[in-house]
Formats: sequence, C-alpha cells, structure tokens
Amino acid sequence: MTASGRKCNGHRDHWRLWPGVRTVAGLLLLFAAGGVIASEPSPQRQQQLIHMVRQDCGSCHGMTLQGGLGPALLPASLADKPVEGLVATIIFGRPGTAMPPWSRFLAEDEAHWIVNRLLQGFPQ
Amino acid sequence: MNVLPRRLVSLLALILLLAGCGSAPLRGTGDLGLVIERASGHVTLVNTSTRTAYARIGGLGDLSHASVVYSRDARYAYVFGRDGGLSKIDLLEARIVKRVMQSGNAIGGSISQDGRIVVAQNYTPGGIKAFDAETLELLAEVPAEYAPGRFSKVVGLADVPGNKFAYALFDGDEIWVSDFSAPTRPVTTRFPAGRQPYDGLVTPDGRHYLAGLFGEDGVARLDLWQPEKGVARILENYGRGQEKLPVFKMPHLRGWSMAGGRAWLPAIGRHEVLVVDATTWKETARVPVKSQPVFVMASPDGRQVWVNFAFPDNGWEQVIDTLSGQVVQTLQPGKAVLHMEFTPRGESVWISARDDNRVLVYDTRSFRQIASLPAEAPSGIFFTSRAARIGF
Repeated sequence: MTASGRKCNGHRDHWRLWPGVRTVAGLLLLFAAGGVIASEPSPQRQQQLIHMVRQDCGSCHGMTLQGGLGPALLPASLADKPVEGLVATIIFGRPGTAMPPWSRFLAEDEAHWIVNRLLQGFPQ
Repeated sequence: MNVLPRRLVSLLALILLLAGCGSAPLRGTGDLGLVIERASGHVTLVNTSTRTAYARIGGLGDLSHASVVYSRDARYAYVFGRDGGLSKIDLLEARIVKRVMQSGNAIGGSISQDGRIVVAQNYTPGGIKAFDAETLELLAEVPAEYAPGRFSKVVGLADVPGNKFAYALFDGDEIWVSDFSAPTRPVTTRFPAGRQPYDGLVTPDGRHYLAGLFGEDGVARLDLWQPEKGVARILENYGRGQEKLPVFKMPHLRGWSMAGGRAWLPAIGRHEVLVVDATTWKETARVPVKSQPVFVMASPDGRQVWVNFAFPDNGWEQVIDTLSGQVVQTLQPGKAVLHMEFTPRGESVWISARDDNRVLVYDTRSFRQIASLPAEAPSGIFFTSRAARIGF
C-alpha cells in the first residue's frame, strides 16, 4: 500500500504533462483499492476521516457536502463519475482548480473508503 | 402631615410597578455580538464587557460558513446561512424577528450605506439578491450571468458609498459594482478582474475594492472614486513563477486588512503575509508566517495583525507587530481556530476553536488568555462594532 502510494506520488510532475498517467495511476489506485477491502480503516480512523471530510473538505464543498466554492459531493452529483477518478482527484488534486492534493493526510485506501461512502451518502 | 408621606409611598409604589413592567432594563448594544455555532444551527449572543454569553438561539439552519451584518442601529443581526437562509435577530430581545430562505447556497452578505438594503451573495443560483432590511422582502436581484447562460459564484460582496455593492465573480473573472440608488432597479457595471477572484474587500474609507486572485498571482484593485480608470493589478507575479504550495482552505479578505497605511494580505500558496503601501500600491514587505494564512486581521488601532491558518496548521495563531513587520507572538489557542474578532477598541480579541468547542478571549497587550466560553463548534464571531463600518 505504502509502496504504491510512493510510486503514485513520484508520478506527480508527469501528471500535469501527460494525461495518460492518469489512467496508469488510476489502475494503480484500483489495484491498491482491490487489496484494501480487507483493511478498511479502523473505526477510530473512520471517525477522523468523517470529521475531516465534513469539516475540512467542507470548507469548500460545504459541511452538508451540497457544494460551495467546490462542487457538491452528494451521491447524485457523483453518480456518473468513475470511482478511480474521484480517488485520484482526492489524492493528487486537480491542477488549475482550487482542489489541492490530500496525499499528505490520506492513504489511497482511505481516499477510496471516502469515495465509497460519498457515493452511498456520507455518514454524519 | 400624614397625607404627604402617604402620597410619596403610593408614588414610589407606582414607579416600582412601572419599572417591573419592562422585561429588562434599558441598554445599548455597543458591547454585544454573536458567535456562530456552525454545526447545530445555533448562535450564542455575547457581551464583550462582561465576557459572557447571555442567550442562545437555534433554528437557523446550516450555518457552516455563515456570516453576519448589523443594522445601522446595531440592534439587529442579519445572519446569512449556507443553505440560503437569511435570519434577522434582535440582540436585545434575543429572538429571531424574521427569517426567509433566499437561495439554495449562500456565503454571506452586506448592508447598504443607508441601512435600508440587505444584500446576500449566492453561489447557487449565482448572483446577489437585495432585501428590505426592515421586512426582508425581496427588492431586486442581479444574476451573475457573465456569459449567456453561464452564471458565476459570487464572492467578496462589500457595501460601498452611494448605496452600491462591489463583488467578484469567481467563475466569471470579473468585478461587478451594482448601484442600488433605486433599490428595485439596480444598475450594474462590470470590470475584468483576473483569474478566479476568491474574495474581496473595500478599504475602510470606501475608496478601493480589492479582489484577491486564486488563479494567478496578484490582486485586482478598482478605484471606486475613478471607476472609469478600470482595474489595476497589484502584487503582480508575487509568486515569481515558483510552484505554489497547496491551499487547504481559501483565505478571507475584508476591510480589516488595512493597518498603518498599508494593506496586509494573505498570499495564496505561499506561507507569507504580503504588505502593500496603500498610497502607491507597491509591495513593501513580506512577512513569513507559519502556514497558509486564512484571516489576516488588523487590530482597530492598526498596531497588530493577527493571523490564523489553513488545515492542517489551524491550531496556530501568529501576531505581527506592524511597526517592526515581524511576527512577535505565536500562540496555540485550541483545535481548529476558525475566526478572530477584536473588541471595538481592540483591548482583547475573541478566537473560536471549533474542535475544542470553545471561544477564547485574549488580552492583546499581554497575549494572555483572559476568558473562555463554551460554544458548540464555533466559527464566525461578529461584534456590533461592524454596524458602523464601510464594507461590512
């Protein structure tokens, strides 16, 4: 998990230059996510992640995730977006927009857990 | 001989009775204010003389990113909720007088020079809406349609002299000034601003509107005394082409940035406060600070600038001495410091620590904590001294 995380971070500079990296990284993330189901974040970590999404992601996306300066993160607004793309957006950010990379604070499996919860309707 | 004392006694009784009829003794509002409790839709009403809370009001909806402006008599607070709720609160009677849902997604508002018009700035649908300050009836709206069918989120709304409001279009890259001289028929002038203005401020004299840019290094400045000269750029290319650090929370601008004839502004993607001469608008200094600044707030006398920071350094607070231009104090008031507010003459500053569920009061001379009040996930703190300020 950590190893693949490092690899993805190493690709960061290329990310902007070569869109194909997105697919490669996406696959890496998918692969990473595949191995993650067994290692879901601990209940304590889940609480931290929920707090972080509501409060810190919420400063742009809204505490209720209905959007603000950033877009809404409700199930209906994310339904048509591929999971791996959403995970990559959290981890690497979106250059040219206000979305920063959160890789300093989140492992990919945690970002994946967040995306899955967002798609289901995020816990309070 | 017996008659007079008896009359006096009944007169005294009458006075006591009349005094008892009033629900509370007469008082002013100059030392009152309110604290937003963002997670639970409450506000706590506070007294800055006694440093205590005196009432708590609920039922205000989603108050994340809520902001407040005051009526010109400083009795009523207009609370703009994130969910588009606009509530008018009577500070003396400690109750909601009026409440309307004015949009789907709002981030703040302002009140006109004459105090008659309250204007909300909205993300969805993008634009501003003007309301009668007395009744909260809709007077007019200005959709932020910067291109046919394209609407922008509105940021940085500030009242300016002449019953005008200046604001910026995050998606439209423009500054707009709407003149509400005829409150139901606003006239809007548009100015190109630069990429992604994220917030704005009006200088305390009401002359200059500054819009901070997120999408490029620089700040757009419009001289409202000479709008025909258009937008000038200040702090251009302050990043000098270096890669930006990630910004985990967008900074906020307001007229409190001015101190000692200079503007103290948060850099974007740099851990610096940028200092600009407010006459020449040239950069005069940069103050390195702990992290990405969010609020860069001058004390009323302009001697100090207090700075808080974006996640993950939002437990810190730094104080810049404006004479030396140096950080002179670094504090850790609590977890998730979201906002600061100075008492009207600045002898103390109130600081909200969201994740500690507390509001902390610091003495601005000794930097000692002198009071601590409970509040549920407190965010914005707003004192009635804002009522008399241009640009709030």
